Amino acid sequence: MIDKILKHLQAEFGVQSVALLEGTKQDTVVVPKEHLVDVCKLLRDHKEFYFDFLANITAVDYHPENRFALVYNLASLPYQTQLTIRVELPMENRDENNLPEVPSVSSIWRTADWHEREAFDLMGIYFTDHPDLRRILLPDDWAGFPLRKDYKDAESYHGIKIKGE
Amino acid sequence: MLEKYNTAYQRYLDKIASVGSTEMVINMGPQHPSTHGVLRLELITDGEIVKDVIPHLGYLHRCFDKHAESMNYGKTIPFTDRLDYLASMNNSHSFVMGVERMLGMEDKIPKRIEYIRVLVCELNRIASHLIAIGTYGIDIGAFTPFLWCFRDREHIMNMLEWASGSRMLYNYIWVGGLFYDLPVGFEERCKDFVKYFKPKLDELDGLLTNNQIFIERTANIGVLPADVAINYGCSGPMLRASGIKWDLRRIDGYSVYPELEFDIPVGQGLMGSVGDCWDRYKVRVDEVRESLKIIEQCVNRLMSDYARLPDFDPRALVPKKINTGNQSYYVRAENPKGELGFYFETKEKTDIPRRLKARGPSFNNLSVLPELGKGVLIADLIAILGSIDIVLGEVDR
Repeated sequence: MIDKILKHLQAEFGVQSVALLEGTKQDTVVVPKEHLVDVCKLLRDHKEFYFDFLANITAVDYHPENRFALVYNLASLPYQTQLTIRVELPMENRDENNLPEVPSVSSIWRTADWHEREAFDLMGIYFTDHPDLRRILLPDDWAGFPLRKDYKDAESYHGIKIKGE
Repeated sequence: MLEKYNTAYQRYLDKIASVGSTEMVINMGPQHPSTHGVLRLELITDGEIVKDVIPHLGYLHRCFDKHAESMNYGKTIPFTDRLDYLASMNNSHSFVMGVERMLGMEDKIPKRIEYIRVLVCELNRIASHLIAIGTYGIDIGAFTPFLWCFRDREHIMNMLEWASGSRMLYNYIWVGGLFYDLPVGFEERCKDFVKYFKPKLDELDGLLTNNQIFIERTANIGVLPADVAINYGCSGPMLRASGIKWDLRRIDGYSVYPELEFDIPVGQGLMGSVGDCWDRYKVRVDEVRESLKIIEQCVNRLMSDYARLPDFDPRALVPKKINTGNQSYYVRAENPKGELGFYFETKEKTDIPRRLKARGPSFNNLSVLPELGKGVLIADLIAILGSIDIVLGEVDR
């Protein structure tokens, strides 16, 4: 199954760009972010794969490296298969004005909308072409991205002390 | 922050500011009883018609992901209990399965432990569905089912408290085993409960399921087509009510579920169309019946093939130090509310994960509300929200 998917993706997008992640218990395909939307569209619409269910999107921080990753867990309801897509996001710095940018897949699976908002909110990943990229769990005026490993608590929020005595 | 990171928020502010003179913005929640917790829905209404729903989450955000990055797996189990606090056993079961699979020890767990896990999970599933059914009744004006459901749920709470020492947040299922074996006499008490509860469920059916007022309020309301449900990542009773037979207990066949007999109820549109509020309610009622079947089978096997032995230690396999190496793993399991997933990403030589993300079913099920809520009456929005059966502990994590 995974060989077939890999072959198909490599034929479509080039052997260099799509790779299988070794040493994992679940099938994982590494995809460059330029091809992400096309790969997802193909995986959803191809009648032999039909990954119509996006279960989860996770953003991972590899501090101290300047590197992030996005992990998409897909499932196919008709074929009862699972697949993981991984997008690596190497960065030059961790500046707040230089967020990693990834194209949004919310046009393919609507559930990605809220998952991507969560990744933006907590990990600071900017999704281009997202219809409504606001913070979701934290207040709209929160500063910083708390799930990053180098996040430092602010002194106070609207006059409320954050760290206790 | 750069200007463009803030544009969506500006757009939202503009949208609220530009509401027309015939329209009104209403805040439903965060302290509204029908939002089942601290959910705030911002409604743009025209008279009684809801034009737009903007959910605001996060009032119950307790940083589960961040906490999990600073402690080992055993210490994280009590935190998983607090995700969907109405079904704590199911949460920890799913989490523990993930860790066990990463360690490669899922086949070594004794059958008795697996049966006990399934037994307590199904008891908890009934408790969770009873809340869903009872509070759904109260949402649309039926008070009695609420009291009946809570009365019967209390029996389950007492039983689980007897086993684990805690009423709602159990910390009972551990990596590689259990906190304790079942107390002596638990199996008999389960049997008594099933015997007591079956007629009560029929009573409840008579009161609510075929109640004409209830049907008027729920049938053909909030119809969720199957393709929309899948696209929005809905799972559990939400997805099954739309007519799709998708139950991870059968699909993945984890734990001892392949050895147990039960059916998967799906929505059939008996009172209206497939995927309406009544179907979602009915699927839950039917699932309670299936869970009772599972409990009976589990108890029978726990009293015969896998009976209690004096030297049986449910903690024998609990690892002293968990070292999973460098891995990434996504585990999923069927919670009362849908697919609960945990995504693990672990490091070498440490029992603290690099990243742990919980995928709450309520979070995804709730995301379909703006789609379902467009153009309905305000009163119907309450009916739709109640039928989704959210737990805010899991939406906000």
